[in-house]
Amino acid sequence: MVWLTAAGLAVGVILTLGLLSLVLVKGMESFWPNRLVVVDVNKDGVEEKIGGYIAQERERRDMAGVYHEEIQVFRGNRDLYGETFVFIDRAEVQSTSEPEDLWVVERLEGGSVIGRAVAIEFGSGERLEVGAPEFMDRIAQEIETNEDLREELEVIEKGEIGRNSERVKELTNQERLHGPSAEITLELEVLQAEFAELDKKRLEVRERLEADRFIMASVDGKELGIATGELLHVFEPNKVGVFGRLGEMFRRIWSFLSSNPREANTEGGVYPAIFGTVVMTLVMSLFVTPFGVIAAIYLREYAKQGPLVQAVRISVNNLAGVPSIVFGVFGLAFFIYFVGGVVDDWFYSDLEEPVFKSGGILWASLTLALLTVPVVIVATEEALAAVPRGVREAALACGASKWQMIQRVVLPASLPGILTGVILAMARGAGEVAPLMLVGVVKSAPDLPIDGVSPFIHAERQFMHLGFHIYDLGFQSPDSEAAKPMVFATTLLLITIVVVMNLAAITLRNHLRKKYATSSF
Amino acid sequence: MPREDFIAIDNFSFHYGAKQALHRINMSIPERKVTALIGPSGCGKSTLLRNMNRMNDLIDGVRHEGDIRLNDQSLYDPKIEVISLRKRVGMVFQKYNPFAKTIYENVVFSLRVAGRNKKKELDEVVERSLHSAALWDEVKDRLHSSAFGLSGGQQQRLCIARAIANQPEILLMDEPCAALDPTATLKIEHLIRQLKDQYTIVIVTHNMEQATRCSDRTAFLYMGRLIEYGPTRDIFENPQEGETESYISGRFS
Repeated sequence: MVWLTAAGLAVGVILTLGLLSLVLVKGMESFWPNRLVVVDVNKDGVEEKIGGYIAQERERRDMAGVYHEEIQVFRGNRDLYGETFVFIDRAEVQSTSEPEDLWVVERLEGGSVIGRAVAIEFGSGERLEVGAPEFMDRIAQEIETNEDLREELEVIEKGEIGRNSERVKELTNQERLHGPSAEITLELEVLQAEFAELDKKRLEVRERLEADRFIMASVDGKELGIATGELLHVFEPNKVGVFGRLGEMFRRIWSFLSSNPREANTEGGVYPAIFGTVVMTLVMSLFVTPFGVIAAIYLREYAKQGPLVQAVRISVNNLAGVPSIVFGVFGLAFFIYFVGGVVDDWFYSDLEEPVFKSGGILWASLTLALLTVPVVIVATEEALAAVPRGVREAALACGASKWQMIQRVVLPASLPGILTGVILAMARGAGEVAPLMLVGVVKSAPDLPIDGVSPFIHAERQFMHLGFHIYDLGFQSPDSEAAKPMVFATTLLLITIVVVMNLAAITLRNHLRKKYATSSF
Repeated sequence: MPREDFIAIDNFSFHYGAKQALHRINMSIPERKVTALIGPSGCGKSTLLRNMNRMNDLIDGVRHEGDIRLNDQSLYDPKIEVISLRKRVGMVFQKYNPFAKTIYENVVFSLRVAGRNKKKELDEVVERSLHSAALWDEVKDRLHSSAFGLSGGQQQRLCIARAIANQPEILLMDEPCAALDPTATLKIEHLIRQLKDQYTIVIVTHNMEQATRCSDRTAFLYMGRLIEYGPTRDIFENPQEGETESYISGRFS
């Protein structure tokens, strides 16, 4: 019997560890800067040079039943080749080399470029060849100034032009409701003039971004010009040692964590998704904790125990087994269409577009709160039941009313147990995806639900979520092979976030436990 | 002048559902004396004690006949609120049960629930109560640490301090030493003898030596009936009833 139970546990542990280590290894691997190789291939007499890093090696059995050893190479340069990954039969490989002068260049659009640097062509007509001693400094300088320019552009486009068009929208709306007036027409004209000015400024910045070009050549000699305004980062992986690679890895991890996604999410970072996940989970716990605790207090302390309460209890437990998508449908119908519709009718009836009558982080949090409330109720009930009768009687004997007893003695004593329930609910909620797709998660939401724009908290905004991001990357992106490393990295990140939030809650619980030491019961 | 019938139990019967636990008990408990309730397990002594602050009301399906009067006022007088009654009757339980709070907050609990929150008053109460419970010197430096850090005997004395903090008229003790070692037991017994100057104490005990050591009156209950009641010395040295004699000489427990 010992062996059977031990084997059961072992299988569970092995499965979990296996999954975790797969995610961990694959996730970290995607950040590791591989060495670049150039492979000379001779395929049926056609010679080709392929440059890139080896993504994987595999064996393939063809129609005739012959085994081929293949290597998969990531060659980048999507604009030159179309496909970024290519499979090469080992038998066709003539030679492999690792030239030191290969670059990996990250740019805003088109995926990364792998090849040799040739020159920088400045808008002024000056041309700086790669051999020049100041070449590296100039490249770094270009990247830095262009970063500032892009920021400037964003301030103009999102900030100033955004405010301008927002006001125009407001005014036209007023016009539509109350009829045209001289004041509105005048202000609209002023705004139009302002817009023309801003538009000009914007074009100027854009021109400056496109002025200089970084010329590269792919390993097979094709030339490629990239506007330096597009450059994000350049790196020569074959020139650096282990520490240089580690540094590059940490840079990549940081940029993954802190930047916005690009190119239909397959490139760039996941910052908005991290933000969305954390905010949604916290808001959810904010709703679910009081709701669940209050319900459990009534069930355990006030309700007369009998078949009715038992039925309620069973229903609550069963609620935890309802498929989560059902909660999504309920959230869509009740929170968005009904509650959101009422809110819009009352407060936003003068707007054409729905505000709360569409998916948003508030509704998503509420839906998940509903989904996880059974967990909190069950945990709280157990924690309340575990408070010994002696302590309750002592409180009553001191002249406490029933509510005073619950509030001052029973609840503090059951707080660690309640927090355990909240931790479980958070873990469940953070990993849930299906219902969110109906109530406010989208693949791209550049505007965060909390930002510096008044009123700072935008509960009605759609948001990004790491769980949905995984689904989107893995199954909705045009080049799923290229997105695979991102899938693992995002999965690793989601797991890390859930673990971190749990650890925070567990620390809080242990702190509370320590404060009251261990009860003598 | 202390009253002889400070607590007057008058033809009191008590039922847990279909089971009758007490049969027409009649006894008067004197003011500022220690009265011990002894008897074998299940004889109803705890039930009787727990009726003196209506703690048994918490159980479903209980029913009583007869009356208990406290200083001439019926406990079951509809004008009396259970909460205000319990403020007049403190209780100490068999298993020490401090709250998951600091020592200080444990002591002032009854004042806090009564809405008395003045710091100065609370400080005075803590010091006085802990002195009365002979615990002050041991805990005065750690009033704001958890009550669970104390030893079992200290926790029980803390519970006594908590029960007397609001200066009740009566102190009910339900086998207060059952969970303690002999040294802690002696301390509590000593404390009981001191407390009777101020409080009317009713103590349930299994330990007959304890009853002889610290009570003035002893009541022997058996099968839900009051068999014999009188000065402790008389009960133990010269019992009138055969059952009492059998019990105190250890022939059944």
